[in-house]
Formats: sequence, C-alpha cells, structure tokens
Amino acid sequence: MDLLWQTAVNAMYAASYMSLIAVGLVMIFGVMGVINFAHGELYMLGAYCVVFLYAQENFPFLLAAAAGLVFVGLVGLFMERAMFRPLRDNPLSGLIASIGFLLILQTLVVLGFGRRMGHVPPPTQEKLEVFGAVLTHQRLLVIVAAILLLAALWAFLKRTRFGWALRACAQDAEAAALQGISMTQTARIAMFIGAGLAGIAGALTAPLVSPTPYIGHSVIVTAFIIIIVGGIGSLEGAVIAAVLYAFVHTFVTTFFDGVIANIVGLALMLAVLVVRPTGLFGAKERA
Amino acid sequence: MWRIATRLRLLILFAALAVLPYLLSYSQQEIAVLLVINVLLVCSYRLLTLTGEWSLGHVVMMGVGAYASALLTKRLGVPVPVSMLAGGLAAAAVAAILSVPLFRMKGFYFLIGSFAAGEIIRLIWKRFTDPFGGPKGLKRIDAFPNIDFGFLEIDFYEPVNYYFLALIVVSASLYVLHRIERSRIGLTFHAIHWQDRLAESVGVDNFRYRTLAFVIASFFAGIAGGLYGHYVGAVNPTRFGVDQMVYVLVWAIVGGTATLHGPILGVVVLTVINEIVLRGLGLDTVRPLIYGAILILSVLYLPDGLESLGPRLRARLRRRGRDPAAAGGRAA
Repeated sequence: MDLLWQTAVNAMYAASYMSLIAVGLVMIFGVMGVINFAHGELYMLGAYCVVFLYAQENFPFLLAAAAGLVFVGLVGLFMERAMFRPLRDNPLSGLIASIGFLLILQTLVVLGFGRRMGHVPPPTQEKLEVFGAVLTHQRLLVIVAAILLLAALWAFLKRTRFGWALRACAQDAEAAALQGISMTQTARIAMFIGAGLAGIAGALTAPLVSPTPYIGHSVIVTAFIIIIVGGIGSLEGAVIAAVLYAFVHTFVTTFFDGVIANIVGLALMLAVLVVRPTGLFGAKERA
Repeated sequence: MWRIATRLRLLILFAALAVLPYLLSYSQQEIAVLLVINVLLVCSYRLLTLTGEWSLGHVVMMGVGAYASALLTKRLGVPVPVSMLAGGLAAAAVAAILSVPLFRMKGFYFLIGSFAAGEIIRLIWKRFTDPFGGPKGLKRIDAFPNIDFGFLEIDFYEPVNYYFLALIVVSASLYVLHRIERSRIGLTFHAIHWQDRLAESVGVDNFRYRTLAFVIASFFAGIAGGLYGHYVGAVNPTRFGVDQMVYVLVWAIVGGTATLHGPILGVVVLTVINEIVLRGLGLDTVRPLIYGAILILSVLYLPDGLESLGPRLRARLRRRGRDPAAAGGRAA
C-alpha cells in the first residue's frame, strides 16, 4: 500500500512537468500548425540555464529558473521569426526545419558545456511526508509551479484580449485575421509562452535529472505520446493525457522496468490512435 | 523503352562508378560502400513519400532487415544471400502489420505514429537480450561468402568487392523502384498524394495503396539493412535510431523527392561534404550543427531540393539565350 501511494506521488510529480511541456507544444501547434520537433531541446536549454546560472555562477535557484523561462521564450521568438513565419503555409517544412534547429541547439550546448552530464546540486535537501510517502521539496516545487503556471495560462487564455485572440487564431486563423487579429503577433505570443513553459520545466527539474545535451530526445518522445493521446490541439486534453501517461509510466516503471514502461506508453498511444485517430479530446478533422 | 541519350548517360555513369573505387583510399572505399547502401535506403524512402506520407520509422525498417538477416545466418545457418532477401521480406511483413494501425492516420498523425512504432521496435531490441542482444546488439555477423570461380576468387571482406556487390544489388533495386513508379501502381501513388478524395471516388482503395507503398519501401529498406549488417558485421539499436532517420530525411529534403535522382543527389552531395570536407577539417563535433543549418537553409531557400537546380538553371539559360517561350516540361 505504501509503495502504491509513493508511486502515485511520484506520478504526480512526473505529470506536472510533462503537462508544462505538452501544453507548450500544443499551443505552438494550435496557433501555427507546426509540430515543433525541437521542443525537447527547449526543455534541455532551460535545464542548462540552471546549470550555468545556478550551478556554475551561483545565482539563486529561482532566479536562474525564471531566467530559463525568459531565455528559452526568446529562443522561441527567434525560431518563429527565422523558420516558422517564412514557412507558415507549409507545416511539414516547419517540422523539418525544427529538426534542423534541434541539431543546432544540441551541438551548441555540447560545445559550451561538453557531452557529459551537468551536475546540479539540489537547492534544498529537505523533504516532507505526505501520508507516509516521501516528497522532496524540489519535487513539490515543480508540482506547485506547474499548477500555478497552468492556472495563470488558463486565466490568460480565457480572461484577456490576447488570450481571446490566441484562441481565435487556433480555431480559425483566417476568420481571426478578418477580425483584425494580427497572425504574426499572436504567433509570437504563443511561441514565447510555449517555449518558455518548456524552458521552465527544464529549469525546475534540472537538479532532479542531471541534464545532458541529449536529454531532449526522451522528452520529445514523451511529449508526442501525450499530445497524441490528448488530441493534437487540445490544451485540456494535453493536461489530462499528461496525468494519464505519467501514472501509467510511473507505475509500470516501478513494478516492471523503464524500458517496458516506454513500450507500454508507445503502445498506449498507438491504441488510442487506432480507436480514435484524432486523440481522446481532438477535433474531428485536423491533419 | 529508354531513349538513346538516357542509355548513353547511364553507360557513362556506370563506367564512372566502376572506376571510382580504384581512385579512392581504403577508408574512402569503405565510405563508398555505405554510401551505395544509403542510396537504396533513401530511394526506397522516396517511394513512400510518393503517396504523400512521411514516415519516421524507415531506418527502423532497415534495422528489421539487418536484424532478421543476421539472426537467420547466426541461429539457423541460412546462407547470406538468402538471408538478405529474407531480411527484406521480414521488413515488408513488419510494415504490413504496422500499416493496420498506422494508415488509419494521415499527415502529422502518421508521422508521429510511425515514429512511435519504430521506437517500440527499437525498445524491443534493447529490452530482449535473447535473441536481439540488448543495447549492445548483435556482433560477429557472418560475412558475405567468398565466391570462387576457380581462376578468380572474390573476397567480400575487401571493400572494393563489396562495393561492386552493393552496387549491383542497389542498381537492380533502383531499377525495380523505377519500374514500379512508372507502372499503374506508381501513378496511383501520385494520384493518392495529390488528389486522395478524387482517387477514392474513382474506385482507388487508398488504404491498400498506401500499405503497398509502405511495404515495398520497407522491403528495400530491409535489403539495405541486410547489405549493411553483413558488411559492418554488427548491428545495435542505436544504429537505427532517430538520429539516423534525421539524416535520411535531410538527404531526401535537400535532394528533393520529385525525381528518382533527387534523393541520390542529396545523399551523395551531403556524404561528400560530410566525409571529405567536415571530417577532413576535423570538425566532427560541429557536424550535426552544420547538417541542421543545411536542413533549415534548404527548406527555406531551396524547397524543391538540389534536383530543381538543373532544370532551373537550364530554363534561365534558355530564356537568356533564345526566346522566352521555351520552358516546357522535361521527362526525367
């Protein structure tokens, strides 16, 4: 029983940072129609912001994490300007360009920090007990930050004019443009938020995962599974799928092993695709 | 029937290819072998893209061929040429099974679905040490047997000899791919790509033709895998990972996929740049960066690939030379 509860707590932690990554990916897809293959590398970049600012230059952890959000958000703006805007009418080209960008980011980090794991000492060693399960403060921080950020995002999307514009673009770009909504402006906002969320997810989890320049690969695989299961383009679907996936993956990892868990995760995704080719919460037709 | 000019051009090409290995150093000969194998890999990939679907699992199909062929020789003692063919068939069979879930999807969903399917296969290789050898893969795979004509013995440990073997297999495969594309089946692939609803309304079963393209493409990828496995002598799951798939994608995109020579152009030009320029300059670490930059730049500025350069240049020259009317269609 204890092990079950502990595993559930671990799954909650996994679900929280995975949702941040998946929601960012979905936002970028929703507004620009591009699957950003470099999203895992944006996560990696966020982690390396903490490696650099916190572990090497001794800035406070939270400041380094915030810097990760802003910096990776700016990288996102650069991607929008350099690749996704010129390739707006051609989603496949956008995806392929993002694969190219992924290789560039990886190499730059290898050149700057080397191939080996960056070690990040955890800012706190403290932990608390939740009904018998151990939860380190670092993990708790990730969970709380994810909930706050997702709530803020939700408020932004539903309550502000920018948020309305963004949702309008995601639903029907042409109609939104006819209402005087600037496609470019909206794409910028979506890209900054989407990339920034991946960045802060990487920054906050950096002390827990020992980042390498190649960590983005497993992240993007996971994120793909989540957005497919949730239905590409659905933010709520992404969060629900992240929770679902995190629980399945964490439990299978605990009771079998990590590789089996990955196989189960991928099989889960294929199964969802067979039953509902547009995901659990996806729109009827968008391909 | 091919025109005389085309035949002449092919003749010259093959003459050049026959002389080529003797002009290269030993290590360059080894690269040339891999290059020939990669030509088959990327050309078989192109057949699938004819239907408009882009897979991210093609290199894994190559791996299926390599693993199957290696296991057949190691475990069952099947002779290597037979096992290579069986490797291709194994890849085709896996593709046929995978197409049931995968071709319920289109576009992005197919792309990511094929990626997931490939990852599952790779993870199975990694997880199940018996018979796949786990993360370390299979080693000491039997080499292609020597051929003894009495007066002449051909040893396929020699890269030159393996180069010619690969060249023959790949040329024959490319010929088959070419014929398939020109047949009714190939035309149907094009129809599905550009007008899938219309094709369906005149009675084309899109699902079956997509599956067919996937199966044929995987068969030839499997053959390429067999050629690779028995040449290098070792296969492992990492060798058939996403990174390798990215390279195939880059070759196809940079070369262009409208013609059969497009992807060949892509793989040859990039391999030459890679091996001669980058490795020569000792820029191994930044190689992915340069590949990435090439990929982005070609998507942005050369969306139709290297293959479009020739016709474009010719059209411009013609326009400048004589009258502006001559920019007609050209049979590839």
